[in-house]
Amino acid sequence: MIYFDNSATTKVDPAVLKTYEQVSENYWGNPSSLHRFGEEADQLLIQSRRQIASQLGVQPAEILFTSGGTEGDNWVIKGTAMAKRQFGRHLITTQVEHDAVKHSMQRLEELGFEVTYLPVDEEGRVQPADLKAALRPDTILVSVMAVNNEVGTIEPLAEIAKILQDHPKVHFHVDAVQGIGKGIHDLIFNDRVDFVTFSGHKFHAPRGIGFIYARTGKKLTPLLDGGGQERGQRSGTENLPAIAAMAKAVRLLKQNESHAVALEQQLRLSLREYLQQFDKVHIFSGTGDHFAPHILCFAIEGVKGETIVHAFEEDGIYLSTTSACSSKKGLTSSTLSAMGIAPEIARGAVRISLSDQNTMAEGERFKQVFATRYEQFKTLS
Amino acid sequence: MEYSEIMVRYGELSTKGKNRREFIRQLGQNIRNVLKPFPAVVVKAQRDRLHVVLNGQAAQPVMDALQQMFGIETFSPVVKLPKDADLSEIQRTAEAMIKEQYQPVQTFKISTRRQNKNYPLNTYGVDDGVGSYILKVIDGIQVQMKKPDINLQIDVRLSGIYLSSITIPGALGLPVGTGGRATMMLSGGIDSPVAAYLAMKRGVKVDMIHFFSPPYTSQQALAKAKDLAAKLAAFGGTIDFIQVPFTKVQEEVKKRVPEGYLMTIQRRMMLRLAAAITLDRHCNGVFTGESLGQVASQTLESMRAINDVTSLPVLRPLLSLDKTEIIKIAREIDTYDLSIMPFEDCCTIFTPPAPKTKPDLDKTREFEKLIDVDGLMQEALAGIEVTKINVGDDYLNAEEDVFAELL
Repeated sequence: MIYFDNSATTKVDPAVLKTYEQVSENYWGNPSSLHRFGEEADQLLIQSRRQIASQLGVQPAEILFTSGGTEGDNWVIKGTAMAKRQFGRHLITTQVEHDAVKHSMQRLEELGFEVTYLPVDEEGRVQPADLKAALRPDTILVSVMAVNNEVGTIEPLAEIAKILQDHPKVHFHVDAVQGIGKGIHDLIFNDRVDFVTFSGHKFHAPRGIGFIYARTGKKLTPLLDGGGQERGQRSGTENLPAIAAMAKAVRLLKQNESHAVALEQQLRLSLREYLQQFDKVHIFSGTGDHFAPHILCFAIEGVKGETIVHAFEEDGIYLSTTSACSSKKGLTSSTLSAMGIAPEIARGAVRISLSDQNTMAEGERFKQVFATRYEQFKTLS
Repeated sequence: MEYSEIMVRYGELSTKGKNRREFIRQLGQNIRNVLKPFPAVVVKAQRDRLHVVLNGQAAQPVMDALQQMFGIETFSPVVKLPKDADLSEIQRTAEAMIKEQYQPVQTFKISTRRQNKNYPLNTYGVDDGVGSYILKVIDGIQVQMKKPDINLQIDVRLSGIYLSSITIPGALGLPVGTGGRATMMLSGGIDSPVAAYLAMKRGVKVDMIHFFSPPYTSQQALAKAKDLAAKLAAFGGTIDFIQVPFTKVQEEVKKRVPEGYLMTIQRRMMLRLAAAITLDRHCNGVFTGESLGQVASQTLESMRAINDVTSLPVLRPLLSLDKTEIIKIAREIDTYDLSIMPFEDCCTIFTPPAPKTKPDLDKTREFEKLIDVDGLMQEALAGIEVTKINVGDDYLNAEEDVFAELL
C-alpha cells in the first residue's frame, strides 16, 4: 500500500513504539507518587520534558503536555480568554484555521467575545496588513497556524510577529501541528511567539499525546483542574508512556529533519509537475518557499473528491479529501473557499500528504495509476 | 584563540611564610585531581606561579574547573611564544588576542616585563612596537595608561614570551587540605552544604557525615545527600561520605524521653556519634550548618545543651548569616535546587510539636539516662557505610543512562 495521508495521521515509528511498550512495562508508576517507583517515573518525565525542550531550543518549564493538538488549541484560546478577559474581549484568527481553533473561537463568541477572521489571498496566505488593521486596544489574542493542513501554505509568521512587537500584551499563538519537522523551526519559534501547539501523532508518535510551548511569564488559565500536575497548569495523571515515546519521536524528527524535508519536497514537486500536464487538474499548493514540503492539494474538475479517494484506494493508494476531520461531513473545504476557489472545483479537491517514510518509487507508482484513472474519470464528466 | 597555558596566581598563600611550599604542593595536587578528565593537561606548580599547560586542550572547560578551586587569587589564559620570537610574531599574537575581546570603542595598554635581558628589544621597545602596531590595525582603539579596558601583558622570560590580556578572579580561600581535616554533619537541607563550602574555603578537608533513618527516610533522601556531596567535590576533590544508620536511636529516644526534650537528646546523640567518627578518622573538629536562632535546636541554650557531649571544636560557619544570605551562596554553588527537593530527612521526622527552645542542661542529662547511650552508639557505629564521592557523580538520577536509551 501507498500511504499519502500523513497530515491526517502518521504511522508510529517502531523505535517510538518500543519506548511506549518499555515504559508501560517498566515505569508504570504514577510520577506523582512519593515511593521509589513513582520517583523513577517522575525522573523519566523530567528527562522527557528536558529532551523535547533541548531539541526545540526552549526551556523545559515552557513545555506542557496535553492530549494532542485539539486540546492544545482549545487550551491556549480559551485559557487566554479566561486569563485576559479583564483586558479585552477581542480575538483575531484567520478564515483557514483548523476546526480546533475555529470552533474554540466560535464557542467564545457565544460567550460574548468578539472574533475577527482574517481573509487570505489566492495562495491561502494572510496579509499582515489586514492583521495590523484588525488589531484593537482590546485585542487579547492573535492565533495563526504555521502550515495550513489542507493546502500546505506557510503563513507569514515573521511579519505578523514584527507587527505584534508593538503590541506586547497580545498573546500570539501558533498552531504548528502541521509545521513541526518541516524545516521552519525559526519561523515558528520567533521572538514574539508566546504559545505553540503540537500533536504527537503527526510526527510518528502515538495519538492522544501532544504538548504546547508556553513562553515563560505568559499567563494561561488551566482548562483541567485537579491534582495539579504540570505545575498546576494541566491536571490529570501524566500519560508517561506516550510522553516518553513522543520525546523520542521529537528527537528522531529533529535528527532527520533536513533529510526528510528534502525528500518530501522532491517527491511533492515531482508529483506536482506531473499533475500539471492534465487539463482538468487544478493545483492549489504552490511551489514557493511559503509552501510546506509535504502537502499537495489538487482537484480534478468534474470529479468529486470522494470519488477520487475511493478510486485510488482500489489501487492501494491512500489519499484524503482536504482534511480528514471534515471529509466525512461532506463539506467543501473552507480553506479553498477562503482562497476564492469556486465551489464546483473545490468539490473535487483531494490532498496528498507525505512523510519521510514515503519513497520516490511510490510517487512513480502513483503517476501510473493516475494516468489510468484520469482517462476513466474523463468519461464521467 | 588557541591558548597554550593557563597561568594561576596564588591567593593568601603568598603570606604564609614557611608553609608556602606545602600550600603550593596541595594546590597543585587539587588542581591535578579536578583536571583528571583532561589527560593532555600538565600542571606545573612553581614558587611564584602555577602553570596549567594545555597541550592542545581547549581552555574554557579547564578555566571553568579552576574557577571553583580554593587557593587561587586570579588566573589568565596565556599564549606562549618561543623565547627568541621576533617583534612581528608578538604583534600578530597581540592583535589576535585583543581582537577577541575588543568592542568599539575601548582602550588598551601594553605592559611588558623583561626577565630575559638578552632579548634584543628592551621593555620600551616591546611596548612601543606592539602598541603602535595595535593602534594601526584595530580601528578606533585608544591607548590609556590608567584603567584601560584591555591590559595586554607581555612577559619576556628565559623560558619563552608569554602574552595574556584577561585576568579572571579566582575563588580565593586556601587550597583544600592545607587547613587540616574535619567532619561535617550534612543533612540534605539548604544550610549544611553551604557550611561545608565555607569550611573548605578555609582549606579544610571535610568528611561528610549523614544520618539516615530507613524506613522513615527514603533512599532518595540518601541519594540527594550524596548528590550534594558530589556538588561540593568540585571545590576540593573526592569526598568521603559516611552514612550512619540512625533509626534505632530515634525510635528509642521517641519511646523513652519526654516530648519536650526529644529533639535535644536526639541532637546530642548525633553529635556524640559525629565526635566518635571524627576521632576515629583523626579529624580535629565537627562542622555543622547551624545558624543562630533559625530553629529550636539553634538557640544559644540549645547549643549549650547539645554541645555538652563533646570537647571537640564544633564549628558553625553560618552562625551569623541570615537565611537569605545562606540561600544566595547555595545558589552560587549550585546546591540550592537539590536541597529544596522534598524528601523527609532524619531531622524532620519525629519532631515534637513544641520542642524546648531553652532546654535545661541538668534536666537534659537526667532524661538522657532513660536510654542506653553506649549500646545505641555501638550499634550505630557498627552500621556505618563509607562511599567515596567524586564531582559529577549522580545518585538521584542513576537511571539516566537507561532513560537515554529509551528516549
